[in-house]
Amino acid sequence: MFSFESFLDLPLIWLCLIGAAIFLYVLLDGFDLGIGVLFPLAPTDQCRDRMMNSIAPFWDANETWLVLGGGGLFAAFPLAYAILMPALYIPVILMLLGLIFRGVAFEFRFKATRYRRLWDYSFHFGSLLAALMQGMILGAFVRGFHIEGRSFAGGSFDWLNAYSVMTGIALVFGYALLGATWLVMKTDGVTQQWARRSASYVLAYVGFFMVIVSISMPMINAGVKNLWFSMPMFFYLLPMPVLTAGLFVQIWRDLRGTSEYRPFVLSLLVFLMGYIGLAVSFWPWIVPFSVTFRQAAAAGSSQSLLLVGTVILLPVVLTYTAFCYYLFRGKASHEGAY
Amino acid sequence: MIENFDPVLLARIQFAFTVSFHILFPAFTIGLASWLAVLEWRWLSTGESSYAQTYRMWVKIFAVTFGMGVVSGVVMSFQFGTNWAAFSDKAGNILGPLLGYEVLTAFFLEASFLGVMLFGWNRVSPRMHFASTIIVAVGTVTSAFWILSANSWMQTPQGYRIGEAGLVYAVNWLEVIFNPSFPYRFVHMVTAAYLTTAFVVGGIGAFYLVSGRHQKCARVMFGMAMIMAIFVSPLQFFLGDQHGLNTLKHQPAKVAAMEGLWETRIGAPLNLFGWPDQEAEKTKYAIEIPKLSSLILTHDLNGKVVGLKAWPKEDRPPVWIVFWCFRIMVGLGVLMILTGLAALVLYLKKQLFEARWFHYWCMAMTPAGFLAVLAGWFVTEVGRQPYIIYGVMRATEAVSPVGAPPMAMSFTAFVLTYGFIFGAGTYYILKLIRKGPDSEEEVYGAHGVKKPPLLTGLVSEKGGPNV
Repeated sequence: MFSFESFLDLPLIWLCLIGAAIFLYVLLDGFDLGIGVLFPLAPTDQCRDRMMNSIAPFWDANETWLVLGGGGLFAAFPLAYAILMPALYIPVILMLLGLIFRGVAFEFRFKATRYRRLWDYSFHFGSLLAALMQGMILGAFVRGFHIEGRSFAGGSFDWLNAYSVMTGIALVFGYALLGATWLVMKTDGVTQQWARRSASYVLAYVGFFMVIVSISMPMINAGVKNLWFSMPMFFYLLPMPVLTAGLFVQIWRDLRGTSEYRPFVLSLLVFLMGYIGLAVSFWPWIVPFSVTFRQAAAAGSSQSLLLVGTVILLPVVLTYTAFCYYLFRGKASHEGAY
Repeated sequence: MIENFDPVLLARIQFAFTVSFHILFPAFTIGLASWLAVLEWRWLSTGESSYAQTYRMWVKIFAVTFGMGVVSGVVMSFQFGTNWAAFSDKAGNILGPLLGYEVLTAFFLEASFLGVMLFGWNRVSPRMHFASTIIVAVGTVTSAFWILSANSWMQTPQGYRIGEAGLVYAVNWLEVIFNPSFPYRFVHMVTAAYLTTAFVVGGIGAFYLVSGRHQKCARVMFGMAMIMAIFVSPLQFFLGDQHGLNTLKHQPAKVAAMEGLWETRIGAPLNLFGWPDQEAEKTKYAIEIPKLSSLILTHDLNGKVVGLKAWPKEDRPPVWIVFWCFRIMVGLGVLMILTGLAALVLYLKKQLFEARWFHYWCMAMTPAGFLAVLAGWFVTEVGRQPYIIYGVMRATEAVSPVGAPPMAMSFTAFVLTYGFIFGAGTYYILKLIRKGPDSEEEVYGAHGVKKPPLLTGLVSEKGGPNV
């Protein structure tokens, strides 16, 4: 029975891999959920067709990263999966229902004539619900979970509070920013002008919520406070908020200029900064603040087996994902489906 | 009131509902993807346009079905944790990596190349497009490989040990992946998926033949479907028998429930029909064929077949579900074989495309594959109860600490959502069927768009209208 435990820090490697998968999911499904959030606000039906067409070839693969995040968590940290899923039962189910309504809308909308409006709203509210629930799951994470033994021992609605509602709304705006800047990149004409205006409007809200979350996290949790406001950590971490502020300024200027690609790329970087900030704050908890990633790790042999496959297959997956984005490069049209 | 419901029962019903709903889509898309690959190959090698038209009609149906399969599949990847947290904790070491491999080797492949398959017509060469179709087809079968390996391990676990805190650890991965029931279940299920698709395609082809529309494409559909019915239906009967013998060896209680046998007997009869009564421990109103059960199961008229009473009451599966679902599955299988035989006779009499009664019969057989797949899964999943991991962990020990009210609410939400989505999906598929294959000149786009659809290059768009 092979295992790399003796010479590799498997739990740490897997934490990084799962973290990367979830982050890729947030970025990739983030922009197409964001387009769903903005959908009814678009000026014309042709704009909406374009928005949909700009993500139609990608959404399915984007959502697969969520399955990898969920499945990977089950594989590498089964204890965390077994605690978090019951603890987050209601928001997870609601998120899944949202994803169903928006996912089927892609195919149904292309085929619909009479009920097209129905699928427009199915796409919008499904995306909105999924984004909101993902944000609320983050909010519940910040507050931690009540554990006894090896299982969740809290109530069904522990995840629901003013704070998680706030983080839910924050993520909706965050995804809307990704969606709007994606549209700046992938469309032109009226759609692009509208996307530019929407992006700068949304940008202000994203900045506002990022500040709130950054201030509130250390206030809620003493551990986070000690981490960020102790010497010399304070100075090591200081570049992050400074850099983030710089990114906001640059996106703001680019949205007023002619740059088409940069707002999207810089918005991705804003998400990266936020994600790193959260990751640093939660370290080393995988179920805050009861189970560390080492305690939740699967057996060495299990983590080893999947690691072999991942090392070989993940680069392949990334290559053909990149190939697909390259293949469908350029501006989206409002015409036709396939 | 809801608080008084049994959370285990609710978790079971909810899981049974979401997984039964989900399996309908893979059962169809596994076969459809492979068939589309064959169609495209025929088209590229013969240049016959009816193959291309048929491909383009069915690829749209594939897209709708695949979309519903994806969204209901994402649900499944979370249901292990939401409904069966204790099981996830205990068996995560084994099942996690198997599901992880499914995502890495199959899901990404399917999802990425489906985009090329649907939207890539003018962006890649015909060869590359053909390659994408094959990749998607391979992806669907690969996905079946891993998930059936995981399911089979839960039915016939091996290559593991029980360690600290009752957790299951893998000892030999090859033994885990290729556990005793896996090869049988895999072959039986993939063949079932191919047959499901064949009968859907055959039914729709028959519909066009009857209504006198799209004759060329209808012949392609109907002819290819009947080839499957003639050759694969009898093969499936043989594979099913082999799977049954494997079950007898590893899960004899399931087979006893399938047969409705309570007493252990030498030369056991076959209960053709009857009503298994769990309380009375006998099968009422049974129509028996003497010694046939022994003959089928042991290939000996006087072979010994173990009855359900050999197990304590609490270790027996709910018999009537297993008993009746097994008969539904086998009955449908027999009808499929008869369909194949009739097709063969009609073909030899050169009346396959003319015999009106047979076309109506094939239209009636359209859902046969779906029903047989569902019935088969009910047999194998209910038949292994009360265990979630056979002989290792009971379903009652596996449930999440969630409580009845959220389970009941989520169940209701899933029923409403799936009912709505399934209704809409069926409506749009029927619409595509009513429309039929495109005529040759508009073969490129789905909405009469003749130029490259969806995404056009930067240059052409600059000159286009400002939308």
